[in-house]
Amino acid sequence: MKRFSWFNATSLTLGFAFLYMPMIILVIYSFNESRLVTVWAGFSTKWYGELFRNAEFLDAAWVTVQVAVLSSTFATVLGTMAAHVLVNAGRFKGRTLFSGMIYAPLVMPEVITGLSLLLLFIGIGLERGIFTVVLAHTTFAMCYVSVVVSSRLVSFDRSLEEAALDLGATPWEAFRLVTLPIIAPAVISGWLLAFTLSLDDLVIASFTTGPGATTLPIKVFSAVRLGVSPEINALSTIMIAIVTVGVVTASLISKRTAVARAREEQAAVRSE
Amino acid sequence: MAQSVFAPWDDPEQKPLIQFVNVTKRFGDFTAIDDLTLDIYEKEFFALLGPSGCGKTTMMRMLAGFENPTKGHILLNGKVIDTVPPNKRAVNMMFQSYALFPHLSVWDNIAFGLRRESKDKDAIAARVEEMLRLTRLTKFAKRKPHQISGGQRQRVALARSLAKAPKLLLLDEPLGALDRKLREETQFELMDIQEKTGTTFVIVTHDQEEAMTVASRVAVMDEGRIVQVATPQVIYEAPNSVYVADFIGDVNLIRGTASARPAAPAAETPIAKPAPNAPPPEPETTAAEPATDTQPEPRPQPNALGEWLHDTLLTPILGQRDPGPRALPAPTDEERAAHAETAETPASHAEDIPAGGLQIVWADDKPPLIAANGDEALAGKKVVLALRPEKVGISKTRPDAANAMQGKVIDIAYLGNISTYHVELPGGAMIKAQTANTRRISRRDITWEDDVWLSFTATAGVVLEDVS
Repeated sequence: MKRFSWFNATSLTLGFAFLYMPMIILVIYSFNESRLVTVWAGFSTKWYGELFRNAEFLDAAWVTVQVAVLSSTFATVLGTMAAHVLVNAGRFKGRTLFSGMIYAPLVMPEVITGLSLLLLFIGIGLERGIFTVVLAHTTFAMCYVSVVVSSRLVSFDRSLEEAALDLGATPWEAFRLVTLPIIAPAVISGWLLAFTLSLDDLVIASFTTGPGATTLPIKVFSAVRLGVSPEINALSTIMIAIVTVGVVTASLISKRTAVARAREEQAAVRSE
Repeated sequence: MAQSVFAPWDDPEQKPLIQFVNVTKRFGDFTAIDDLTLDIYEKEFFALLGPSGCGKTTMMRMLAGFENPTKGHILLNGKVIDTVPPNKRAVNMMFQSYALFPHLSVWDNIAFGLRRESKDKDAIAARVEEMLRLTRLTKFAKRKPHQISGGQRQRVALARSLAKAPKLLLLDEPLGALDRKLREETQFELMDIQEKTGTTFVIVTHDQEEAMTVASRVAVMDEGRIVQVATPQVIYEAPNSVYVADFIGDVNLIRGTASARPAAPAAETPIAKPAPNAPPPEPETTAAEPATDTQPEPRPQPNALGEWLHDTLLTPILGQRDPGPRALPAPTDEERAAHAETAETPASHAEDIPAGGLQIVWADDKPPLIAANGDEALAGKKVVLALRPEKVGISKTRPDAANAMQGKVIDIAYLGNISTYHVELPGGAMIKAQTANTRRISRRDITWEDDVWLSFTATAGVVLEDVS
């Protein structure tokens, strides 16, 4: 197990280099003094300053965050409801069709989802803007949420909900006071998934957006077409930092709770 | 028990708490409960017993309100509750998996039901404390379910389901997850709590020992029907069918054909009461015994010359001369008389057999078995004599009993407190006999391959109609 082998070391290095080299280069160049992206001219943080003075980027970031928070919240509510119904509805005719239809948008090409939504919004005469982007993101993100939540609900002991009903809770109280707190980790990770999907979506957003509702991916994409500026490097570095901090924190918390729980369970068995 | 006469089911004045009236429950094509009618009374500890898939869990779920009957009605206190949802019933359930809310502390788990009633805080706190005391959980109140042991979880589940003081508490295999020792302790605890709170308990179990221990009445179920409802004692000692006899405990089933035994006045017939000088089957062998006591054929003994020849010449070749069997002196007249008296005892014992009942021919060449408690309506039918192993005696000599059969020991199971002997009868049937090991060190003189006698009294078995 612990034996060092040149083969393993090489695979590891190559694998990680392949994964992280592009990002490392991006991070390094975000501290470049020069305006030219490919020429190193010394260390500087001036592009970060530029970035925060660039109103267009800040506006786009603000729009993106709004869209992501709203759409992931709606998607989580709808996706959790869908998962709960599909897992607990029992057997009925066409059940497989229904659960299949929930997952279909996952494999649908984004271009088609975007185009169909655009046609719908034009058809019903809805003016395009933040609201339509939120709607569009909710539509495709709720499928992901429902997948995550229903995989948790499948292993959820139904007798817990029955026990709550038996003790006098209404079905809604049983869900709110028992089911929801227990499946909360899955709901939260569903929300995070929806949030990230919305953050980096370009295709659907470009179809459904309107004037005054430019999201960050759209902004970055159009800016890059005019040439990569170091500001974009700085922006990307900030996003990488946020994601890294989030992932590390989440895994530390979950590991710590798992260890604490195992210790408490052992203590309970010993105290018998 | 102080009130050993707790038997509301025998009292026509009593109103049942729960009534199943011709209840049928179907799941698609599958009939889980088939036209079932049953009354359960207040303060009963009622056990639903049966193999898995017999419908006992469905009955419990219908009582709790998780399933509605397809046909028929369920009444609680005389009111139809067929479609009342579970949260509106004065019925609480303790789940097999306990179903404790993992995110709530023990205290909050117990308080959950009380809070749904929007009672004031002090009343809830007082009730929770009371429940914690009843189940000896006070010092665990702040822990989460995963921080306590299996036995403690079981008590939390019980406390939570009792907190709302339900009219009826349902227990679904409540002790299934506990190990044997803890299970036995908890059974007594359950009975104790049931008595203290006066709640009606309905317990579902597949463990017949558990049902017998805790329940005031047991319903044995099979394929959606109730086969027998009675007290544990009646279920065990007087099962109404081969199914019940076989399901509850260990039993020997002896198949045969029944015929009526002559009634008491006709006792002069050879079978019931032998004429003194014409011994019938049973005393026959005893009467033959004195004949085997005296040597049947004395071996020819050598005369004085022969003895001398053997001693002087043939000893090195043939070995020491066998002096021949030493016979006891011939019995005196007094001894003969005494022996006659003891030989008489089986006959006089046979007179103790209650008159009437059935005799069962189980093998062509064997005397029929006597079942004085048999229902005479079964005469002429194929029957099964259900006989508990502990009611069968085992001995090496022919015992003095109403029924005796000879066989060979095939297997002995030593269980510590008892030993079970598996005895094969000449026809190939296997009979189990149990003896209590009352002495710590005793000579167990019966061993494998021994020829033994099995015996039981005229009322030891139960005669049931053979439906197979």
